[in-house]
Amino acid sequence: MRHDVFFAGYGGQGVLLAGNLLSYAAIHEGKNVSFFPAYGVEKRGGSAMCTIVFADGDTGSPVVGNPSVSVLLNQLSFDKYAAKVKSGGICIVNSSLVDTSHIDLPGIEVILIPMNQIALDRGDVRMVNMVACGAYIEKSGALQRSSLEAALKKALPERNHKLIPANIQAMVAGAEASRG
Amino acid sequence: MSTNPLEKIFVKGNEAVAMGAIEAGCRCYFGYPITPQSDIPEYLSRELPLLGGEFIQAESEIGAINMLLGASATGVRAMTSSSGPGISLKQEGISYMAGSELPGVIVDVMRAGPGLGGIDASQADYWQATRGGGHGGYRIIVLAPSSVQEMYDLTMLAFDLSDIWRIPAMVLADSVIGQMKESVTPNPRPETVLPAKEWVVRGREDGEPQNVVKSLYLGDGEMEKFHWKMLARYQELAEKECRWEEVQTSDAELIVTAFGSTARIAKTAVAMAREAGIKVGLMRPITLFPFPKKTYAALSARCKHFLAIELSTGQMIDDVRLSVARDADVDFYGRPPGAGSLPTPEELFEQIKKNYRARA
Repeated sequence: MRHDVFFAGYGGQGVLLAGNLLSYAAIHEGKNVSFFPAYGVEKRGGSAMCTIVFADGDTGSPVVGNPSVSVLLNQLSFDKYAAKVKSGGICIVNSSLVDTSHIDLPGIEVILIPMNQIALDRGDVRMVNMVACGAYIEKSGALQRSSLEAALKKALPERNHKLIPANIQAMVAGAEASRG
Repeated sequence: MSTNPLEKIFVKGNEAVAMGAIEAGCRCYFGYPITPQSDIPEYLSRELPLLGGEFIQAESEIGAINMLLGASATGVRAMTSSSGPGISLKQEGISYMAGSELPGVIVDVMRAGPGLGGIDASQADYWQATRGGGHGGYRIIVLAPSSVQEMYDLTMLAFDLSDIWRIPAMVLADSVIGQMKESVTPNPRPETVLPAKEWVVRGREDGEPQNVVKSLYLGDGEMEKFHWKMLARYQELAEKECRWEEVQTSDAELIVTAFGSTARIAKTAVAMAREAGIKVGLMRPITLFPFPKKTYAALSARCKHFLAIELSTGQMIDDVRLSVARDADVDFYGRPPGAGSLPTPEELFEQIKKNYRARA
């Protein structure tokens, strides 16, 4: 089974960390993984995106034109990438920052989650990426939550390990919100 | 970094190059930072001193390549890395190394050019890499990884091949493979039988036979002899060391050919085309020099239609055309850098369909 997911947002939203986290989780489950990042030269505020492909066998192209799942965290990335989701695919959108009313997406399941609000309710808006990861694994069924918990230890520097419980809570909240 | 050799690690392509070099026994690195390869010096600046090695951020790329020449002349395994603009500066030193028959590994993580170009993915250093790049008429071994695993494995191989053949070896990567992360098995260094290091500078007053490292051949007939000797060596290299990957070529009516990251994307496009019932295969050269000419010749005895895909306006296609049978056609699809995006498998699938129909 081959899974691919595209994450995009602006720099500072933790898009690349989310991609790293999913990659570590997939490795934890014995998969082969490719993680292809692209970001602007800006430290904050530029565009950030990444494509993660994981499979039991060959991951194939690290670049995907029409992703099975896209997780879009800001307006710019929604406007640019929502329509590229594969027919029958899933588009998970941060409705705290994105207005989706102007784009019609026939054949794509659009999941609206107020990710900023959920992260804020749990204490820190910077956990928006964890909310997104939780929603992704819930909707795709591609990875176990326990693998993401194990991945947090690998993806985060040790000084931040004290934040892992709060991040797991944010993930759980994202998963719950995606069930509607 | 201590790792269990059986456990997969998750690293960037550039880091895999550095790790492969260390595993191959490289203990000296000389370089100057440039995007998109700076993770290589960053990693080695941290790790080499811990291993008793030497990391030097040189004053320039020219300084770095000449340090590589000097280190190689002492018999240690050494490496330098850069991207296009820096690799151009290194050409004089590479030519001197080739003229001195010194081994050494040079990594080019290609970026857009000419000139300062940009940091987009590009494969436009193919000609420079495979034609020697510097003056005087020489070739270097060129290996083209298409995964992070191959960044690790081919860097190790580059050291061995360079020692065995006494020819500088280049790992020709691009910013896609350099910057992406993948799960990698950190394989142990292969147990290759290596030659005695006859190239090492030696000769003291106590009568030890002298070996001078030089590329100046002024004796009567000396230079000509060198060139014929090297030609024979390049020919033997081509006989013994060509490496490539074929995917579903046996019944293919169209063979896509590409190297590096492009081959990786093309491979998925080929799989998509096969699902759609199109008889297409993939030929990916792993050694760009020596180029696997005989394989192309054999493939083209049966399949008369090739499609070369490159992140340039067409360079490897020259070698493909020189290798295939005369009655075979080679079409081209190029994506020179600067489009702001890479070709997708979907896009290459469209090209396969178009070319397949055109010749059907």
